[in-house]
Amino acid sequence: MWLTLFRRLAGLVTALFVTALVAFILIDLLPGDPALDMLGTQATDETLAAAREALGLNRSPLERFLDWIIGIPVGDFGISYRYRIPVSQMIAEGAAVTVPLGLMAVLFTTAIALPLGVYAAANQGRAGDSAVMAFSQIGLAVPNFWFAVLLILLFAVTLGWFDAGGFPGWDAGFLPAVKALLLPAFALALPQAAIIARVTRSAILDVMGQDFVRTARAKGLSRRAALWRHALRNAMIPVVTVMGLQFAVLLAGSVIIENVFYLPGLGRLIFLAISQNDAVVVRNMVLLLAGMIMVVNFLVDLTYALINPRLRGT
Amino acid sequence: MSELAASPAAPRRRRRLSLRPNLVIGTCLIALMIAAALLSLVWTPTPLGTMDMMSRLAGPSAAHWLGADHFGRDVLTLLLVGARNSLGIAFAAVLLGGAVGVFLGLFAAARRGWAEEVIMRFADFAFAFPAVLAAIIVTALLGVGSTTTVIAIAVANVPVFIRLSRATGVDIWSRDFILAARSAGRGPLHITVRHVLPNASGVLLVQATTQLALAIVIEAGLSYLGLGLQPPAPSWGKMLNDAQTHMGSQPLLAIFPGLAIAIAVLGFNLLGDGLRDLLDPRLRRTR
Amino acid sequence: MRHGALPSILLATGIAVALAAPGVQAQVRDDLVIGVTVEPPHLDPTTHVAGSIREIVYANVYEGLTLTDENGQPYPALAESWEISEDGLTYTFHLREGVTFHDGTSFEASDVQFTYDRARGPDSQNAGVRLFSAIDSIETPDDRTVVIHLSRPDGSFIYNMGSADAAIVSPESVESLTTDPVGTGPFQFVEWVRGDRITLERYDDYWGDPAQLSEVTFRIITDPQAQVAALRTGEIDVFPNMGAPELLGEFEADDDFVVMLGFTEGEAILALNHRREPYSDVRVRQALTHAVDREAVIQGALAGYGQVIGSHYPPNLPDYVDYSGLYPYDPARAQELLAEAGYADGFEAQLILPPFPYARRAGEIIQAYYAQVGVDLSIEVYQGPQWLTDVFREFIYDMTVIAHTEPFDFGNYARDDWYIGYDNDEFDAVIEQYTLSNDPEERGELAREAQRILAEDAVVVFLFQLPKTGVARAGIEGLWLNSPVQANDVTEAYWAE
Repeated sequence: MWLTLFRRLAGLVTALFVTALVAFILIDLLPGDPALDMLGTQATDETLAAAREALGLNRSPLERFLDWIIGIPVGDFGISYRYRIPVSQMIAEGAAVTVPLGLMAVLFTTAIALPLGVYAAANQGRAGDSAVMAFSQIGLAVPNFWFAVLLILLFAVTLGWFDAGGFPGWDAGFLPAVKALLLPAFALALPQAAIIARVTRSAILDVMGQDFVRTARAKGLSRRAALWRHALRNAMIPVVTVMGLQFAVLLAGSVIIENVFYLPGLGRLIFLAISQNDAVVVRNMVLLLAGMIMVVNFLVDLTYALINPRLRGT
Repeated sequence: MSELAASPAAPRRRRRLSLRPNLVIGTCLIALMIAAALLSLVWTPTPLGTMDMMSRLAGPSAAHWLGADHFGRDVLTLLLVGARNSLGIAFAAVLLGGAVGVFLGLFAAARRGWAEEVIMRFADFAFAFPAVLAAIIVTALLGVGSTTTVIAIAVANVPVFIRLSRATGVDIWSRDFILAARSAGRGPLHITVRHVLPNASGVLLVQATTQLALAIVIEAGLSYLGLGLQPPAPSWGKMLNDAQTHMGSQPLLAIFPGLAIAIAVLGFNLLGDGLRDLLDPRLRRTR
Repeated sequence: MRHGALPSILLATGIAVALAAPGVQAQVRDDLVIGVTVEPPHLDPTTHVAGSIREIVYANVYEGLTLTDENGQPYPALAESWEISEDGLTYTFHLREGVTFHDGTSFEASDVQFTYDRARGPDSQNAGVRLFSAIDSIETPDDRTVVIHLSRPDGSFIYNMGSADAAIVSPESVESLTTDPVGTGPFQFVEWVRGDRITLERYDDYWGDPAQLSEVTFRIITDPQAQVAALRTGEIDVFPNMGAPELLGEFEADDDFVVMLGFTEGEAILALNHRREPYSDVRVRQALTHAVDREAVIQGALAGYGQVIGSHYPPNLPDYVDYSGLYPYDPARAQELLAEAGYADGFEAQLILPPFPYARRAGEIIQAYYAQVGVDLSIEVYQGPQWLTDVFREFIYDMTVIAHTEPFDFGNYARDDWYIGYDNDEFDAVIEQYTLSNDPEERGELAREAQRILAEDAVVVFLFQLPKTGVARAGIEGLWLNSPVQANDVTEAYWAE
């Protein structure tokens, strides 16, 4: 058991290191000189050289890579080429937008998807079920950024209830900040809800078809009671798993949605950093994303292994 | 919508009936999209590239059935050519990503051992890495353009096909007829090409249909961010981005391109579901 | 006394008296919220070229020996007066008394020397390093006097020392200017909430007339729709340069707002790489100018706000000559000229665009027009650093669209290392004389001559003067209508009601 854990952990660290290396090499290849971005069209060879020196670009790639890697464990991710502030600060500021946004999106997703999924399963084959499935098909087909644009069109441009974009910051007060995240979170949640509603429905139906529920029903338990008493609880395992896996989808969605709403979150940070060739920020963001995904995968694997010894070998 | 009407009426026959609407509606929607794409090759309401500053942001009229954009370009023309570009990119990307993914997946299934371990570890990770983000990074490295867009979307498709073809491959490898082929002295390459691939093709085809839907969304997303197709090539995603700026004066511009994306995606999703049902009814509930 | 301050103060007092008379007038606001589209990378204009920095700190926080006014004219700032020697090689600046930096340290001649040596020294990271290139040596005979010796006469020197690149900084605070700007201006920096706002407040120990506003907040709003909304809800008082010019129309009929249409210093051009065929051929360049309807470009790219230019000079400045009709839209003539040059069937070219909206849109329209005369453009949009590298350093491009925002930058065309690669001895001679001359009349004459040569030679396709498309709440006075330099100078802004 401990050996497995250790092996997995070593694998995780190795994978992270390889990812960091690949990210560093690839992102170093991004075309364009960050020093020139500082100096513009009137740059001279001398000022460019000085700017490159100041940005640390004159050091060898190996030096810069080691510098980066060694700093990471102590929270020193380097200094942004463009903004000249610590990347850790930029990430913290971005996370203050993206994390609440993601949480709100998950909240909306759950609030929409679970009732729909349960309702559909309870009414399997009837009109309600078909309506939910149709909603889910449409929800899957509508890209979240179009949905976002439609939300802006309706609630910001036409009705004027919300701002079309932007984020006032948390120190502007809790409510204004949450209000600014409401439409984006909803836009993120809809396609998610479509998926989760389907998963919930089929998970419940699966459980309902299993022997212990059949037995219970044979003993006279009503379908509705069986659903609430047995199926729902057991069906939550796959649902939560899928929601965990959708975490990455949520992150990807935030890249576009934060751009639609001009939210200063992590998604917009990485998009802008790429478009400004701020390599220090980009490589940290890539590693952060990859790292989060790997850690989540690792924890899921681990949990499974703990719960179900039979899976340990796989 | 017909799905709604059909299913409750005859609950007993629902299995067979609910199988068909997916396929029928999906096929119709995709046929519509392909027809639009093909039509744009021979006819568009106005020649592509025509700008008419006098009809900037004009609403629907006899001259412009769906109105005109901020350069006075006919929206219907852009939508039709957009269909061609969108489908073209999606097909090319899924084909490319599928080819690479299936190759790696079947290789892993045939070889097992450490090669499989490495490929699958990579696939697991790449699968979890957000496709749009991967595409953005590829775009940043290679510069924007239609080739890059295809490659970027293909990259996102590779892990999906690796996982599917490897799983399917491993399953097929364990069957009796493979044993027979092996005992007849056939090599792994021969078996993969002659036995594994044909048997896996159905599953792969279904997956490819679903991936087409995803490819269309990614292409639109990249183009929305300005990282996909470059002007003058019309793209639904780019149209949406342009529309956002002009939403106050011409909201319709934000409706049509999104509708086109949604129809294409819905079409491929339904078609994929329908094909899945047709191929293997047992798989119905898993997605 | 700040240049031009007296009349506006009299005016302000007059209004204040008039308002005070009824006795019940609500208190006049003395804060201002300004909207800006782009968040600045940092706040030190002496180490970064970004206009987004200058639009916050120029004249408000940092001052130079001189500054530039709304009409593009230099006026005395930290230098009270100056003398220029007969030969134009020695500038003696007399500095103001009682000037302090926002950190409390006093401003002295040594600060000027420090600033200029830092800007022109071997480790300089100053984007405007060329502005200092004529300086040979600097002396500070006493605290209040700076003597600058030039190696060659420089007729633009007084003007150049008023640019943001030449803002005076002190050695005490220079290391932290990026996040904590310290200058001598009438406003001092308070805070920067990233992604949202930058706040300045009146500096009470300012050497000149104190600013009328007690607090100025720059709100960063990138989304055009949100910009409109913020103006409407009163979150923002003025947006000096709206992100999307087409949204200006909404405010034109609204009495609560004033639409401010002015000129920036940005000449938008379709740059052509003379180092490559066929752009070294003047007939091809003329054809390319004839082939595009620039009014239509302005319609499509700027919603009609903008003015066609025919040479590299802002229409709002003295000495402007209108060459916009020299090679009018005439596709037939364009094709003739192309045929003469041996390109009867047109040619293919790559149009590399920077990520600015005006450039992308203009590029798209130009592509459509060129297609009609057989010139087939493939468009590529690059991110900023890559575009700068390829176009300005490596010269790997055929065409690009860009607005040149440096003031009086037509001299760049004479530079050998300029990305256009224009080679004309006559023009070079005009520019050399212009640079060396200190006589305003002669300089005016030469500026007109330079415009003529650039226009007739169709050096690039001159498109339009980038407009300043602003919206302000009615009642704010003292804002700049034009932007001859990248700035939002609010030192004389005030509320009239």
